[in-house]
Amino acid sequence: MVTTAPDGTKDITTPLTDADVESLRAGDRVRITGVMYTARDAAHGRLFPLIEKRERLPIDVYGAIIYYTGPSPARPGDVIGSVGPTTGSRMDKFTPALLKLGLKATVGKGHRGQAVKDALRQYKGVYMGAIGGAGAVLSEFVKKAEVVAYEDLGTEAIRRLEVDRFPAIVINDCHGGDLYQDGMKAYAREGA
Amino acid sequence: MRDIHVSAISDAVKKLCMEANWELESDMLRAFDRALTTERSPAGKHVLQILKENAQLAKTKRIPYCQDTGFVVCFVELGQDVHVTGGPLYEAINQGVSQGYKEGYLRASIVRSPFDRVNTGDNTPAVIHLDVVPGAAMKIMVMAKGGGCENRSKYKMLTPAEGVQGVKEWVIECVRTAGPDACPPLILGVGVGGTFEKSAILSKKALFRELGSPNPDPTLDALEKELLDKANRLGIGPQGYGGDTTAFGIHILTYPCHITSLPVAVTIECHAHRHKEVTL
Repeated sequence: MVTTAPDGTKDITTPLTDADVESLRAGDRVRITGVMYTARDAAHGRLFPLIEKRERLPIDVYGAIIYYTGPSPARPGDVIGSVGPTTGSRMDKFTPALLKLGLKATVGKGHRGQAVKDALRQYKGVYMGAIGGAGAVLSEFVKKAEVVAYEDLGTEAIRRLEVDRFPAIVINDCHGGDLYQDGMKAYAREGA
Repeated sequence: MRDIHVSAISDAVKKLCMEANWELESDMLRAFDRALTTERSPAGKHVLQILKENAQLAKTKRIPYCQDTGFVVCFVELGQDVHVTGGPLYEAINQGVSQGYKEGYLRASIVRSPFDRVNTGDNTPAVIHLDVVPGAAMKIMVMAKGGGCENRSKYKMLTPAEGVQGVKEWVIECVRTAGPDACPPLILGVGVGGTFEKSAILSKKALFRELGSPNPDPTLDALEKELLDKANRLGIGPQGYGGDTTAFGIHILTYPCHITSLPVAVTIECHAHRHKEVTL
């Protein structure tokens, strides 16, 4: 579900539908409440062969959000350690297949390739950015964290995070919008 | 001869690793404040504000500023009158890294082989650059180098004819292609001259200079300022959301080079610029 707060911020509650995704535009500030699954290079590397063989995945990606992160270890008594985003483009190889299975959103940082942007349009998906390097601040929005698959991968295991108003911004929407292009165009000056 | 026991080296490295990850140096904090006064983009200002809060929170809670607690790059300037006792120097440094990362709740991000990719579990080994210098002191400089920005670092062998203009164009091209992926605002370490590997090492070492301090060479200082101005005209801005603060600084180190060569290496560093040093 997506609702709009008076200040224009969009509140996203998981799981997401096609209509939810269609309501999001590049540049929208969002707050995510509900569940996000963490997965980065190594976890994607294990999910991909399962998808190719049409086997059951260890998580249900339908309507879900994947957050590209590998958290630092939690101190005793803390829910999680520092938990900022990693570069999304390293997962480009795997993302279209996951979107095809019904994944609705990914959260990371940095450019995505054209194949991912095309898949966002085709399967109704959205790519959001969390502030890279703000891992300490972002840890405050994680209320619960548990490893649900590939524990042997350590920081790269798949974790189920319960988040409350986790802040992000829409980078690539399902309509072809791209915040990185728009932002750069708006602020570029002569003489670069 | 002055004896330095390996345990003193391990202890120093352990402390540097933990503190570098928990507490940004004051030169970085000043850079955030400076940028907040000049940044036009509301989204960019918001990012800078959050990053300041992030630095404060990390320091207070003693948790890493960024979850990518980096590859430990360690420059050692070893006085030739120092005698390291009690064991091998490199083992002592790696022991310090291991203890610092385990006891400091820092992420283990190093795999033992680029092919089988099994995590070593304690962020060892470090990348160690050793220089032997006159004197009886030992300076240890530690950087926790993030992977995302490191992946955007680049090298190019220019021709002497391409000259300083070619260097300028290449450095700006590196900023452009790093873009949002490398977590701007960026800091660039630029190594010009020497050989293929020498320029790369210089590009790392250049990052240790205090941010905002002038290059001791006036010609290079002018070049750095010109490049920084150009980089900040690209419009990439904090996190790539658009804005004026694409880079906080560009630091250049040079070395003599062969009549046929003009090597230029650019290490891209993100705003999580975690560096600490100590002299034993």
